[in-house]
Amino acid sequence: MKKDIILAGVGGQGILSIATVIGEAALQEGLYLKQAEVHGMSQRGGDVQSNLRLSSEPIMSDLIAKGGADLIISLEPMEALRYSEYLSPDGWIVSSCVPFLNIPNYPDLESVLARIRSHKNHVLLDVEALAKEAGAPAQAANMVLLGAAIPMLGIEHDKMTAGVARIFARKGEAVVNSNLAAVEAGYRYASSVR
Amino acid sequence: MHMCKICSIFVPKNTNKHICTMKHLLLGDEAIAQGALDAGLSGVYAYPGTPSTEITEYIQGFESRKSKDRPSDSKPIQCRWATNEKTAMEAALGMSYMGKRALVCMKHVGMNVCADAFMNAAITGVNGGLIVVAADDPSMHSSQNEQDSRFYAKFAMIPCLEPGNQQEAYDMMAYGFEMSERLKTPVLLRVTTRMAHSRAVVETVSNPRPQNDMSMPGNVNHFILLPAFAKRNYAELVAAQPRFTEESERAGYNRYVRGAKPEKAIVTTGIAYNYLMENYNPAMGYSILRVTQYPLPQAMIDEMVRDGAKEILVAEEGQPVVEELLRGMVPSEVVIKGRLTGDLPRMGELTPDSVRQALGLAALPTREKEAIVVGRPPALCQGCGHRDMYAALNEVAREYPAPRIFGDIGCYTLGALSPFHAIHACVEMGASVTMAKGAADAGQHPAIAVIGDSTFTHSGMTGLLDCVNANANVVVLISDNLTTGMTGGQDSAGTGRLEQICCGLGVAPEHVRVVVPLPKNMEEIKAVLREEINYAGPSVVIARRECIQTLKRHLKAAKK
Repeated sequence: MKKDIILAGVGGQGILSIATVIGEAALQEGLYLKQAEVHGMSQRGGDVQSNLRLSSEPIMSDLIAKGGADLIISLEPMEALRYSEYLSPDGWIVSSCVPFLNIPNYPDLESVLARIRSHKNHVLLDVEALAKEAGAPAQAANMVLLGAAIPMLGIEHDKMTAGVARIFARKGEAVVNSNLAAVEAGYRYASSVR
Repeated sequence: MHMCKICSIFVPKNTNKHICTMKHLLLGDEAIAQGALDAGLSGVYAYPGTPSTEITEYIQGFESRKSKDRPSDSKPIQCRWATNEKTAMEAALGMSYMGKRALVCMKHVGMNVCADAFMNAAITGVNGGLIVVAADDPSMHSSQNEQDSRFYAKFAMIPCLEPGNQQEAYDMMAYGFEMSERLKTPVLLRVTTRMAHSRAVVETVSNPRPQNDMSMPGNVNHFILLPAFAKRNYAELVAAQPRFTEESERAGYNRYVRGAKPEKAIVTTGIAYNYLMENYNPAMGYSILRVTQYPLPQAMIDEMVRDGAKEILVAEEGQPVVEELLRGMVPSEVVIKGRLTGDLPRMGELTPDSVRQALGLAALPTREKEAIVVGRPPALCQGCGHRDMYAALNEVAREYPAPRIFGDIGCYTLGALSPFHAIHACVEMGASVTMAKGAADAGQHPAIAVIGDSTFTHSGMTGLLDCVNANANVVVLISDNLTTGMTGGQDSAGTGRLEQICCGLGVAPEHVRVVVPLPKNMEEIKAVLREEINYAGPSVVIARRECIQTLKRHLKAAKK
């Protein structure tokens, strides 16, 4: 088993929380893991990404090669496309369709979404609306996205949700439950469109 | 139940091993920190700087949990932030002098700030183990240059470690301290961004080493660098070089493996080995020398040549240090390829792709870069005080025909970008103040420095004293957000004392002004700036409002 994942978004959106949950579940599965993160200047509203590599065999490089990624998980549609050259021809894009508008020259949104749809394997979803529908706060939008990516992760659904529960356990049962509801909302959505 | 000291997970007492089996998912920086803690560290000294900050933060977190959870656990570890890298290096040398193990951490450009102390610590040698961690930032993700700290180790003639993965980073701390004490030398441990900020599982020891007891150096003259003593010390350092090389050959971190087709060889350093292995196919049959410790292992290089190496590819993260050194270590007919020959890119960090290409392998099939994607540069946070400071400064500056505003290092450097375009220079920590002085000396008016509170105490204070002594016609605008913002909100050395510091340096108290950068105060801020620009002498305007990121954290903590 090998999954090379690029997590993408804008500084402050919470891509590292997604990585933390996947990492926790992967470790419990006994998988090898490497995760390169971005810290520093770009966290101030710039584009950020994290390379997350999971494998049943030892992993050498911390970075994913161009054409090597099995999955791009992005909290922002244009940010998903920023790494398209890293995606393998059979790879998946799982992305929020809600743009993060903090630059004056953001391209036409419909054109951005059309480029994502040009990938044969993609899931586009409104993570914020789905979080709201599930009764979860806006901060749980990243967990909706995680839920939508579960079918492509190669880690069983129940193992992933157990990871979510462990990561949020410190924050109390209410937080655990709202995050689990968010994960389910994303998972159901992705299962329905695939 | 007892608690795992590293991941704070409660585990049943009757299990021999932790639930985590002493395996933890750690950043390279965290592995270094945990390695130091488990090796009997007594003090970490550092100034925040990407990508090194998390080392000290991890130790601070460990200490604060320890004081809460296990007050009688062990001796305290000093882990307060230092004012700059030079004070950090000197304090660490002082702790080493007293026989205890000390760690100094900084980003690569911090090495320039502490260079005086660093170079001379090589001459004094150490008593307690002393490791200097330099975190280099090739590709300049968050830096103004990509200098390679291995040059500093070579320059100071001390051993250098360059771990190839997170586990090795952890292991090398215990080894580095032990070697430092045995060979009586400071040791430089060099990492790069991808090592510092990448997580992997690290297995830790279950029996951390206790701290050293205090002890005086055997020969105090070693620490008194009068020329007569220093000459003797330097001769000893020169004489120790073969021992340092022997250590590199013997310690086991450097590894040479003869290939089936040994006429071609590859030398990797640090994490470059991982990029090689990511692409390597045993059928290639190259001899491989994996370097993670310096001085370079001459015996292994000789063996590689004896085995028939005619062509050597050097893959190293950073500048072509080994590529250059190797030219003097192998026969002249051996062809050396690397960054200098264009086989690997001359600049920037290595990637699995660039190493793949250097191996002559075709790239993986992939899609084109998407043309529709535009850049998303970082920006000052909404509601940040620096924004209001720049808004006022820009309006006032426009009233003069040719204003010059000298910026500095921090979040406020982003004032160079849209929408402010407010600064005309940014070079290194503290340069705003002294460059403004130099410009004023040349006849420029207005000459304005914009500097953050932490950068001011790091390296701006001495420049302000120069301004005072010359009665230079400058305005130093300290944008005081009460923290070291860019690196994530660490304590700032002068918080609460900036007016006293400026007055103490000799700025006239009536020209040390304080404003609150909020839109409602715009007219007042502009008036103060105008008055101080028009005053013919050094003045300081402090624009003070807490960083909104740390404010959010403080409000959240207060709610609990």
